Amino acid sequence: MLEATLVMLAIGGVCGLVLSIASKIFYVYEDPRIAEVEGFLAGANCGGCGYAGCSAAAAAVVAGKAPPSICMVAGLESAIKVAEIMGLDPGSAEPMKSVNECLGGVRADDKYFYNGAPACAALAALWGGRRVCTIGCLGLGDCIRACRFDAIEMGPEGYPVVDEARCVGCGVCEKVCPKNIITVRTMSQRLLHFNEEDDALAPCRQTCPAEIDIPKYIGQIREGDYEGAVHTIRERNPLLLTCGRVCPHPCEDYCRRGIVDEPVSINQLKRFVADYEMNSGKRLPIPCAPETDKKVAVVGGGPAGLSCAYFLRRLGHRVTIFDAMPELGGIARYGIPEYRLPARVLDWEIQGILDLGIEARCNNKLGRDFTIASLRREGFDAIFLGIGAWSDYRLRVEGEDLDGCWQGIKFLSKVAAGEKVKVGPRAAVIGGGNSAIDCVRTLVRLGVREVYLVYRRTRKEMPANEVEIEAAEHEGIKFIFLAAPVRVIGDENGRVTHLEYQKMELGEPDASGRRRPVPIEGSETLLEVETVITAIGQRPDVSFVEKDPDLAKLKVTRWNTIDNDPETLQTSIAYIFTAGDAATGASLVVDAIGGGRRAARSIHQYLNGEPVKGSPKSLRKRHIPESLFDDVPGVVRSKRTPMPELPVEQRLDSMVEVDLVISEKDALYESGRCLSCCRLCYNRETEQQENQGAGQDGSSEDAGRELEEATA
Amino acid sequence: MTDLIVLAISCILINNILLAQYLGNCPFLGTSKKMETAVGMAMAVVFVLVLAGVITWIVDTFILKRWDLEYLRTIAFILVIASLVQFVEMFLKKSIPALYAGLGIFLPLITTNCAVMGVCLINIKEEYNFIQALVASFAYAAGFGLALILFAGVRERILLARVPRPLQDTSIGLITAGILSLVFFAFKGMV
Repeated sequence: MLEATLVMLAIGGVCGLVLSIASKIFYVYEDPRIAEVEGFLAGANCGGCGYAGCSAAAAAVVAGKAPPSICMVAGLESAIKVAEIMGLDPGSAEPMKSVNECLGGVRADDKYFYNGAPACAALAALWGGRRVCTIGCLGLGDCIRACRFDAIEMGPEGYPVVDEARCVGCGVCEKVCPKNIITVRTMSQRLLHFNEEDDALAPCRQTCPAEIDIPKYIGQIREGDYEGAVHTIRERNPLLLTCGRVCPHPCEDYCRRGIVDEPVSINQLKRFVADYEMNSGKRLPIPCAPETDKKVAVVGGGPAGLSCAYFLRRLGHRVTIFDAMPELGGIARYGIPEYRLPARVLDWEIQGILDLGIEARCNNKLGRDFTIASLRREGFDAIFLGIGAWSDYRLRVEGEDLDGCWQGIKFLSKVAAGEKVKVGPRAAVIGGGNSAIDCVRTLVRLGVREVYLVYRRTRKEMPANEVEIEAAEHEGIKFIFLAAPVRVIGDENGRVTHLEYQKMELGEPDASGRRRPVPIEGSETLLEVETVITAIGQRPDVSFVEKDPDLAKLKVTRWNTIDNDPETLQTSIAYIFTAGDAATGASLVVDAIGGGRRAARSIHQYLNGEPVKGSPKSLRKRHIPESLFDDVPGVVRSKRTPMPELPVEQRLDSMVEVDLVISEKDALYESGRCLSCCRLCYNRETEQQENQGAGQDGSSEDAGRELEEATA
Repeated sequence: MTDLIVLAISCILINNILLAQYLGNCPFLGTSKKMETAVGMAMAVVFVLVLAGVITWIVDTFILKRWDLEYLRTIAFILVIASLVQFVEMFLKKSIPALYAGLGIFLPLITTNCAVMGVCLINIKEEYNFIQALVASFAYAAGFGLALILFAGVRERILLARVPRPLQDTSIGLITAGILSLVFFAFKGMV
């Protein structure tokens, strides 16, 4: 007995000694953070993350190969703690969710008959899959078999559907998908994604400057999921009430139904769900990433600034908006008249954005109340300039400073601010853009009985939206086409009495493709008016640049816009970013919103110390050639829902909103007209019934055949 | 020499540690889902088994047998093998980081592996001499690796097949292992 004890002691002792010596000799420095990180992982060694055990996962996190949110068992709290240890932006510690972008499934045609192993990996090896679509889902469900949490199942249309409640974001499905169509992303990553060449994008989605997932939200409206539709729009556009009213919807020009039929009324559907939320009496919660300690100053509270602030806030940064005007909204408030976008609607929308935790300092003008240097001193890590284009172009004719002469934006903003504006009984507006139309329609509502619109080309060349021109015609505006103002004539008191213009005729096309107006000699005509408003375009007011010696390096283009990199929107000063009218010149609200998000991505990269860059595959409103069709077979022609409008007699003399929202019934009908397009696929209407039956039979036959193959 | 070759063949094929003696079934099922993992595990087993076989033979012959303490064999072997694996892990980490990166995560798994323990005990039971123990340890390990890699190959193919739902994953794995085991029975009587 004694012997045995001694021998075992001796063996144990030798082993212990050898190991302790070995641990000294073979000591390898190991990052102490690995042990710390491992402490916050679940310790279950489940392997769900794809690494062999928790210590391997911890090592991968410390090595930067895995995100802090790797552990799917421990959840969000552990992810935040791990991110803290790693000194990472906790923004990246958000939960990951799997998303399948492809709605294609069996909708695309087959290139060849496939009878091999029922696995996407095998099918992808044969010419990238049997479907004609090069990027879409192969539909054999590798992701479904790979998912360890039963979170993916095959939908009735033959493509995998992710159950978000079950998905833990482990990323296995993304790894097995040979087409990269199923992706696992955090909310921030989704917010920061811009259209790329090989994304599953419908033509409308490629066209939208804000890159809203249009087919998805229309699909959600069709299913009655209005809240889901609002969320889908908000992933790309925080100003849906505004855009739903004023957007000239370039997306509808590319609507695939529009090739053979009237396009889907996309914007009215957006307005329908946006109004649905506002009228429901509650605000849908908007999730934000965990707080970071980075501060961003957004200069300018217009569409671009609001969009940039909104996305930065959702990414977890602390944002302060500075605006020169007494209230936020920029050109959307002071440039777009009340009858198109009521202030109460805009207030509600902006309040929702500020409620995310954004501070707003109004009546603060750059160059007057603060400078870039003072912002830097206050501790702002990056600055966004969304100062818009508020400086009207001048006519450069004699008498344009007489009493009774106005400039477009100044006039509109005075009216919008509720100030008394003195106008005569007759007025002329010079210009053919949306601002000019806004001016004439506002004048009508101010009680001016004779309103002229003077434009030097013809109606066809007018850059204003067609619906706006029509509305102006209904409201009794008198259009004087092919007329160029020569001078404004005043009386002895310096008050306007006449506008003198010269008649024009159209000559050769100019650089913009429009025919250049040529004056007709001796055709000068006098028009009796008491008010003249020039609305011939605006440019940014960049006078603050010259006054500020710190901004000597900030480049300004010859159109007075702030120069930036078109992909990243970074200016020549690394911490300053710009978008919206300040960068593009006067443009659409939706352009500014898209720009604001793009700038938010670059600012996010800049704040995290990453290189500021976009994707080399970035589309930036270019179209994917294969997605544009000449003909769309399988469409049954159907009527587009007309825009409900206030009758003309009720419109005049009041600023009441003219365009009304469509009814729920119309919204459901209109959403049913959407073909649910993707890059190549769309739902065919004529053969739908027969095809559905045949498709199901075919697929079960296929499955039987494949099973036989597999067992043979 | 011929004896040693015969011994090696019988250890690899006829008395295959996994498919004929049914030892070490947990790594057999656990690490055979992917070929990459299976190869890593096979290498680690070869490495550890050869060392463990030799060391335990020395411990048994020069310590336990000398003081007639054969009844302490199991506990002594566990102690020795566990320390050995720890030692090897430390050694590799410092000296051959590349090999550690390949085998590292599998080494701790083998600490408590019944195949390793089993081979060490078989070496003693069959009263092999040192050379025979060395060859047998290596051959058993090679047999382990052979079976594991074969099995991993089969399982990768199974992934592409349509398996009825109740039989998926481990279930079909065990059935496959059974068939594989039957196949190895064909080697019985070869030597």
